[in-house]
Amino acid sequence: MFLQLFFGYCALMIVVSGLLAISLRNPVHCVLMVLVLFFHMAGLYLTLNAEFLAAVQIIVYAGAILVLYLFVLFLVSLREELHLTAFVPNAWLGRIIAAGLAVGLIATIPAFSLGEKSAWTVAAIREATHTKALGQELYTSYLLPFEIAGLILLVALIGGLVLARRDENGADAPESGADGKEVLR
Amino acid sequence: MDILLMLVWIVILFVVVMLHVAYATYFERKIIGHMQVRLGPMRIGWHGLLQPIADGIKSFFKEDIIPENADRPTFLAAPIICLVAMMTSLAVLPFARGWVLADIDIGLLFIFAMSSLASYGVVLAGWSSNSKYSFLGGMRSMAQVISYEISMGLSLVGVMLMAGSLNLSAIVEAQGDRFLGMYLMPQCIGFFVFFISMLAETNRVPFDLPEAETELVSGYSTEYSGMRYAIFFMAEYIGMMVMAAIATICFLGGWNGPFAVPFFPPLWFVLKIYLFMFVFIWIRATLPRYRYDQLMGLGWKVLIPLALANIVFTACMKAILT
Repeated sequence: MFLQLFFGYCALMIVVSGLLAISLRNPVHCVLMVLVLFFHMAGLYLTLNAEFLAAVQIIVYAGAILVLYLFVLFLVSLREELHLTAFVPNAWLGRIIAAGLAVGLIATIPAFSLGEKSAWTVAAIREATHTKALGQELYTSYLLPFEIAGLILLVALIGGLVLARRDENGADAPESGADGKEVLR
Repeated sequence: MDILLMLVWIVILFVVVMLHVAYATYFERKIIGHMQVRLGPMRIGWHGLLQPIADGIKSFFKEDIIPENADRPTFLAAPIICLVAMMTSLAVLPFARGWVLADIDIGLLFIFAMSSLASYGVVLAGWSSNSKYSFLGGMRSMAQVISYEISMGLSLVGVMLMAGSLNLSAIVEAQGDRFLGMYLMPQCIGFFVFFISMLAETNRVPFDLPEAETELVSGYSTEYSGMRYAIFFMAEYIGMMVMAAIATICFLGGWNGPFAVPFFPPLWFVLKIYLFMFVFIWIRATLPRYRYDQLMGLGWKVLIPLALANIVFTACMKAILT
C-alpha cells in the first residue's frame, strides 16, 4: 500500500516537474525542475531495490551534470529569451512526430517481462546487496558493452579537450587533435 | 510503535546536533581567541558559556530582509536546501554499534549524494541574491565543490575496496578494534587526499574562497540576514561534523577505542569527531587562504592523480593478498 502510494507520488512529480522544466520561462528555474525530477527518479529506483542506481543517479546527474548546466547558464547570463527558428516548419507536424514517438514507446511496454531473470532473484539481490550484484554482472557478463561505453565516453572527453585547446594554440592544434581521434577510432 | 520510537530518536539526534552546532561556534571563537592571545567571548555567563544561546536568540529575532530584485522563491529555498541536505546525512552515521537511524547498504554514497545536494543551496543562494559578491561566491563554491567531490570520492574508494562494503557500520566493523586495524595506516594516501578534500568541501580555510571576507564581503550569504543567515551557518557546521564523522568512520575505526565505555558507547566516536573539529579550527587560525588557480591546480593535478594511484595500488594489494 505504502509502496503504491509512493510510486504514485513519484510518478506524478516526475510528470509535473518534467512539464514545468520545458514550460517555465527562467532557465535556472527549469534546471531546478529537472533537479526535482532526478530526485523523484532516484525515489523510484529505491522502490525497485536498486539503491546503488538511486545514489549514482543523484551523485552523477544532480551532483555533476546538472551543476555544469547551471554553470553554463550563469556564464552565458541570458538577459532575454532566445528565439530560435523551429526545427520543423509546421507545429502540427511536430505534434504528429511527438505523438508517433509516444505510441512507439508505449508499444514497447509489453516487451518488458515481469519476474526474475538469470540467477539474480529478488531475494538473492537483497542478500548480496544491489551494489555487489550490479558490480558482478557488469564485470563478468556485460564486460564488453561496459568497456565500449567507457571508450565512447573517453572519446567524448578527448573531443572536448581538443575543442577547448584549439583557441589557445592557433593553427597547428586541430591537426594533432584529429590524429588523436583517429587513433581512438 | 516503531515509528514513534524512531521519531523520538530523530528528535534526540536533532537536539543534540543543534546544541553541538551552537557550541562548536563557541569553541571556534574561544580556540581562535586563545591562539591569537586574546580571550574570545567572556561577557555572557561564566567565560562566555551562554554566548551561543544569546547569538541564537538574537538571530532569531532579527529582521529577515529579502532584496527587492532577488529571485524570491529560490532565495527563500536556498538556505533550507543546505540545511536539509546536511541534516539528512546525519541519519546514516553510526555513532556506536547499533546507534544509527537508517543502517542502509549505500551509506557512503548517500553522504556523497547529500553533499552534492547541499552545494545547490550555496549556488542558488549566490545566484538568487542578485548581487555580484554573492554571485561570485556561488560560482567559486560550485567549481570548488565539483572538483573536490571527485577527489574525495576517489580517495574513499580505497576504503571501500578494503572493507568490501558501502555500509558505514560494516566499514567500522571491518577495521576491528585493534589499533593497527584502522585504515589510517594502509590508506594513508587516501586519508591525505580525503583530509584536504574535506577542508575544501566544507569551504573551510585555507579553501574558503566562496566566502572570502576580504574580497567578497561574505560570499554567497552576503544578502542574507537574521534566521536565514543562521541557517547557512548551521548547515556549514553540521557539514563539518558530518565530514569529521566520515573521516572517523573510514580511517580512525569509528566507535572503537582502547577500551569499551559503559553507559555511553559513542564516547570514542565523539572524541574523534572533536579531534577533527579542533584540527579544522587550528588550521583556520594558522594558514592563509589559497589563490583560486592554486586551488584548482591542487585539486585536479595533485589530489585526483594521487587518489587514482591509491585505488590501483589498493586493488593490486588486495588481489595479491587474497
